[in-house]
Amino acid sequence: MPEHTITTKNAAREQAVRIVKRKELNTWKAVLLRAAAFVLALAAGGIFILMMGSNPLEAYAIIVKGAFVGSVRNPLSSIQATVIIAVPLLIVSLGLAFAFKMKFWNIGAEGQMIAGAIFASYFALRHSGMPHVLLLLTMFAAGAAGGGLWGLIPALFKVRFGTNETLFTLMLNYIALYFIKYLESGPWQGTKGFASIAQFDLNARLPNIGGVHAGWIVALMLVVLTYLYLNHSKHGYEISVVGESQATARYAGMNVRRIILRTMFISGAVCGIAGMIQVSGIDYTLSMGITGGVGFKGITVAWLAQLNPFVIAGITGIFSILEKGSGVLQSELGINAAMTGVLEGIILFFFLGCEFFIRYSFVFRKRRAKSS
Amino acid sequence: MADEIFAIELKGITKTFGSVVANDNIHLTVKHGEILALLGENGSGKTTLMNMLSGIYHPDGGSITVRGNEVFINSPKDAFALGIGMIHQHFKLVDVLSASENIVMGTRAQKRQGKAALSAEITEISRKFGLQIDPGKKIYNMSVSEKQTVEILKVLYRGADILILDEPTAVLTPQETEKLFSILRRMKAEGCAVIIITHKLNEVLAISDRVTILRKGKSVGTVATVETDAKKLTELMVGRPVELLIDRPDTSKAPSLLEVVHLTVKNEEGYDALRDVAFDLAGGEILGVAGVAGSGQKELCEAIAGLAKIEKGAILFNKESIAGKTPAEIIKSGISMSFIPEDRLGMGLVASMDITHNMLLKSYKTGKPFILDRKPARALAEHLVKRLAINTPDIGTPVRQLSGGNVQKVLLGREIESNPSLLITAYPVRGLDINSSYTIYDLLNEQKRKGVGILFIGEDLDVLLELCDRIMVLCHGEVTGIVEAKKATKEQIGLMMAGERQRGEVGNSA
Repeated sequence: MPEHTITTKNAAREQAVRIVKRKELNTWKAVLLRAAAFVLALAAGGIFILMMGSNPLEAYAIIVKGAFVGSVRNPLSSIQATVIIAVPLLIVSLGLAFAFKMKFWNIGAEGQMIAGAIFASYFALRHSGMPHVLLLLTMFAAGAAGGGLWGLIPALFKVRFGTNETLFTLMLNYIALYFIKYLESGPWQGTKGFASIAQFDLNARLPNIGGVHAGWIVALMLVVLTYLYLNHSKHGYEISVVGESQATARYAGMNVRRIILRTMFISGAVCGIAGMIQVSGIDYTLSMGITGGVGFKGITVAWLAQLNPFVIAGITGIFSILEKGSGVLQSELGINAAMTGVLEGIILFFFLGCEFFIRYSFVFRKRRAKSS
Repeated sequence: MADEIFAIELKGITKTFGSVVANDNIHLTVKHGEILALLGENGSGKTTLMNMLSGIYHPDGGSITVRGNEVFINSPKDAFALGIGMIHQHFKLVDVLSASENIVMGTRAQKRQGKAALSAEITEISRKFGLQIDPGKKIYNMSVSEKQTVEILKVLYRGADILILDEPTAVLTPQETEKLFSILRRMKAEGCAVIIITHKLNEVLAISDRVTILRKGKSVGTVATVETDAKKLTELMVGRPVELLIDRPDTSKAPSLLEVVHLTVKNEEGYDALRDVAFDLAGGEILGVAGVAGSGQKELCEAIAGLAKIEKGAILFNKESIAGKTPAEIIKSGISMSFIPEDRLGMGLVASMDITHNMLLKSYKTGKPFILDRKPARALAEHLVKRLAINTPDIGTPVRQLSGGNVQKVLLGREIESNPSLLITAYPVRGLDINSSYTIYDLLNEQKRKGVGILFIGEDLDVLLELCDRIMVLCHGEVTGIVEAKKATKEQIGLMMAGERQRGEVGNSA
């Protein structure tokens, strides 16, 4: 029998804090906890603003004012600008929700958006003589097809060879981006000597509705359509099952490969629509700055909203207000507009942290002594 | 070590996971030189309790005393320092390393002594306890029983004299179990305190000195093994008298429903998981499949369900080949599979979805095109909850929050409701309490009477012998024999599970 020199020293005290899994919170409490996370995020952002020498309350007031209150001449101008920021972000976030629901990590919304923009631009540049409505519908379809095909590539490789979709979609972003550069100085060059693509004909531009290009109507319609597709269609059900367990999906007789391909096409197509709307509604041309980074920001939005289309719309609103308002913040308080990035980061951080508290709670040594 | 001092004394141990009380005020003692059986149905909190002794969980209340000193076991390291070693149900070994490397891993021994000295030391411990092991053999070359021996050596090497074994016999053949028991007796003679977790009554009676019985997280009593019997233990375990006989209704012999010939299936690593398997199954018959875990049961189920690629051979269902058909086509033809994998929710159910959405899994394609119709599934869910007495707050509760027995009822219930003509069911009572198990046997027998052919993959030989008409034994992916359940004995099947071929085969033309 091996003799023990039992040192109960390290086993004599209980750890001060332990983390235990809590019972599943009801929806109401979980919502409350998330709301608290949002308030705390604003408070933490406030400390940051304070450190930069400004009054956080004043700064937040300016942000909200800047996003909603326009100039005397055009009182709606600020809201319109906010909406313009929101439209592509909303559409891309919705597009990502399809892929994420299937646990397909599509980091390639930027590329899919660009591919959609390129396809749409082709018709805007080369077939601008078509009837206005027909041209716009064609550009819309082309945008969806371009984004969809760009999304299909990583899906094809995934189901055929089991490639990692995260890296694959990410890399495709750069291929799409630099393809614009090629077009700028190559086949689609506008003016000799300048690496840029010509402005679209008036015929290829989205009409204004309520002072903003028609894209906002498309975006709102997509919110409802995405919700219906994900929650009330057979396809949506398949996506959920595949996302939870491919083995279960196959067991249930689902064609997993087809579902992955189909869903990634849709995900990319929705992002492609965002690209079409940007070129046709805002830029009136195709340039390398077309995405404005919404392809990445959309990932944050989709996750914060837990893939619920209506919540995605809400989060997009908050982010767009922050972004529009921060521009004003810069001119009024001299705080760099990069402040939005910081705030968004803080909000994301607090929301992710809050998920931990939804699932776990802490038990302190003292408390236990009392209860036992 | 005086006799009065218990090796381990647990007082009032309480542990909760969220709203689930896994252990409620549990008392337990074990002395040196004693084997204590910890008996309880699945989910009664045995493993949770032992995990607190080995430093994986921490109690919410109560005290642990080891050799007379109250201790707080904060980590597995603390447990080792106290001489407590646990042999888990699922082995924690590194496959590509040898036995001796696994044994010393995490200790400082490797630096202190050379390989030769180490081997000598391991051989010395092996000899002392009657263990047989080749220290240089790699884990991936080992049988389950050998791996278990390595696990035992691992804790002995670390100087543990309080050993906890979590369901050690679940993966062993009857012969291997007997060998393990003789090792445990040796340990007892050497003065070790041994706690063996099990829910098999005959093993409790065979090996233990005392039995502590847990029921629903509470310790309901401790009895000396010599003063009790299987009936009394069951009563303590379940809380009321239980009839332990499984019904085996006689059905008229129907024509052959399923014929499998020369079936060879490769597993994910590309090795033969099934080799030249042949059997037939008639309607109204329950064909049991016995075998040590991982003998090809999973691949057999998956091949018939169209989920695994068939290398060679054929599967005929109603005289028609189903090889190469998609799972969807096979489901349509009336083959239904309810496979309960080890993690219970990996296939067949979607853990995060509620009962309604799990009902949809097999039927969502019917009805209106494109739009998902939840109504029939909701009705079915409500029907099943009532008919099978599924214990759930409501049909909107995610199935992962249900207890194991209820999860299995949901799964099997859905499969039966689809009116299959062939039902493949793998480990349907795994993790179920006795009462639920009998509900499942009744359900299967009801299907059998209706003329459904049932392939029953089981692990408990007693159950297989009582429930099935015939039993097919698999060993390393090959059929070692098919026996008439009424005439077969447990020992005979045990030998076949270990690879011995049966002479004078019944009902098998291979």
